[in-house]
Amino acid sequence: MGMMARLLRTRSGLIGACLLLVMALAALAAPVLFPGDPLAIAGPAFLPPLADTAFPLGTDSLGRDVLAGLFHGARASLAVGLAAALAALLVGLVVGTVAGFAGGWVDEVLMRITDAFQVIPRFLLALAFVSVLGGSMTTVVIAIALSSWTEPARLVRAEVLSIRERDYAAAARVIGMHPAEIAFREILPIALPPVLALSAIIVAAAIMIESALSFLGFGDPNIVTWGSMMAEGRNVLRSAPFLSVVPGIALLVTVLAVYLVSEGVNTALNNNQAVPRG
Amino acid sequence: MKRIAALLRRRLAGAVPVLFIVIAFAFLLLESAPGDAVDAYLVSVGGGDATLAASLRAQYGLDQSTLSRLWLYLAALTHFDLGWSVAFDRPVLSLIGERLPTTLVLMGSATLLSFGLGSFLGIVAASHPGSLRDRLLSMASLTLYAIPGFWLALLLLIVFAVDLRWLPFSGFETVASHKTGLARLADIARHLVLPVVTLSLIYLALYLRVMRAAMGEVWRQDFILFARARGLSARRILWRHVARNALLPLVTVLGLQSAAMLGGSIIIESVFAIPGFGRLAQEAVAGRDAPLLVGLILVSALFVLSINLVVDLLYAWLDPRVGSVEAR
Repeated sequence: MGMMARLLRTRSGLIGACLLLVMALAALAAPVLFPGDPLAIAGPAFLPPLADTAFPLGTDSLGRDVLAGLFHGARASLAVGLAAALAALLVGLVVGTVAGFAGGWVDEVLMRITDAFQVIPRFLLALAFVSVLGGSMTTVVIAIALSSWTEPARLVRAEVLSIRERDYAAAARVIGMHPAEIAFREILPIALPPVLALSAIIVAAAIMIESALSFLGFGDPNIVTWGSMMAEGRNVLRSAPFLSVVPGIALLVTVLAVYLVSEGVNTALNNNQAVPRG
Repeated sequence: MKRIAALLRRRLAGAVPVLFIVIAFAFLLLESAPGDAVDAYLVSVGGGDATLAASLRAQYGLDQSTLSRLWLYLAALTHFDLGWSVAFDRPVLSLIGERLPTTLVLMGSATLLSFGLGSFLGIVAASHPGSLRDRLLSMASLTLYAIPGFWLALLLLIVFAVDLRWLPFSGFETVASHKTGLARLADIARHLVLPVVTLSLIYLALYLRVMRAAMGEVWRQDFILFARARGLSARRILWRHVARNALLPLVTVLGLQSAAMLGGSIIIESVFAIPGFGRLAQEAVAGRDAPLLVGLILVSALFVLSINLVVDLLYAWLDPRVGSVEAR
């Protein structure tokens, strides 16, 4: 039975996957359903939700369509979240595998660097990178990735350390495989599943950091994101609270969906491990 | 005691290289920021010609090689000189020293609340695993986990400051109220209710989940079976035996959370306009103030390292098994 099927058999995995699917569809459909710039003025300002059928969720202080912003914001959130998490995982995989497999001073140096990255609060680190690199979509992705690779690196290293002494790794050594080949072809695939369970958490954290960065005004100013929508809503919190509430719900649902999927993956992995492995 | 002293020595020795890496990283950040201290100074005094800039750079060693500048930077750090804030036109260290206590009060109260409430709810959830109560708490904690902090802050503001008008909208205390003593403390407490509640709600979920998982581990141990065999009441076993032993892993989480909470304070302090450490970080980035930002990074790294050290020692003190091999 494939991983996907096992995941969908858990209740949380199923709910999470469905919610994520909805979000992904919204992100993909955004340019079709709401062609044109979501940052352009579309109607009267401060239209409350459900007052006008043309703007089901109302308009903001400049008369921009909130629903269009939500759909386009889904694009930004998912794209940044996935890209940053992927980059962070890649860095973490390489660092963790090299550290765990090489051992000795290489391991020592890499782990001290990992420590150093972990004693700086992650959000502060992301802020620092953004302030040096400047605020664009790419730099936000890089900043988040550079501040999120430590957890996967640690996990992969621990996995590699536990696996590299097993018999098949020793067998690969005996037949004279190159250490790098053993590390990346024999050990890494076995070490991967727990890292995948962690990766969902990293995606969620990346989405959160992106929205927090753009909430503080350090994101890409030319792209509408849920964070920037909430930042603008905050300025009119007293008169139009829905402007900051609505994008937050979208953000909450997305992050919750990712967490549910991660729980589903964990359950599926544990069910799998209940059957003793060879 | 010997065991804990050995642990302390080992941890301190481990922390030194980490601190050096952070300093090197901080230096790199400073280097990559556009402009240097002389540029900033010339702007603040209203400009100057190229010869003045060159002589100033020579005077402060800014014209030397990268390596010798790193050496100068390290030398300055040993005198606790974190440099000069461009945006505030003040020494970085005094600025941070002024803002840090506010954040420590905020973080301390939030940690107490989230640790206390989170572990209590974790015990409640784990006392009947799989029950409706357990599943509801699990769902609630997952939702809390997924709530963006600044959104929760805005929601609480809308309800308690805008609609109900129970609590102040922003700030650390009422401006120019000239309150003193207890009246001032009460005023500050009123201002801190919403930020503290927000911060603790965000981090409560982790304590709940870790506590619940740890309780599950302890339930399976032999001494619980023995306690049952002795005929102790279920309540006594739950609180005196299971919960007490399950609290240990939570101490580790306490250390891990310190870094996360310091990061979280950036956005929470910005929403509530509290002049603390976190808001300073936001102001440093907004004002393109590289020396201040780097100073904040160094101080937060030092803070997190010390918290982790304290947590390690606390853990060793609580659990006699930790470090007993090394002391021998």
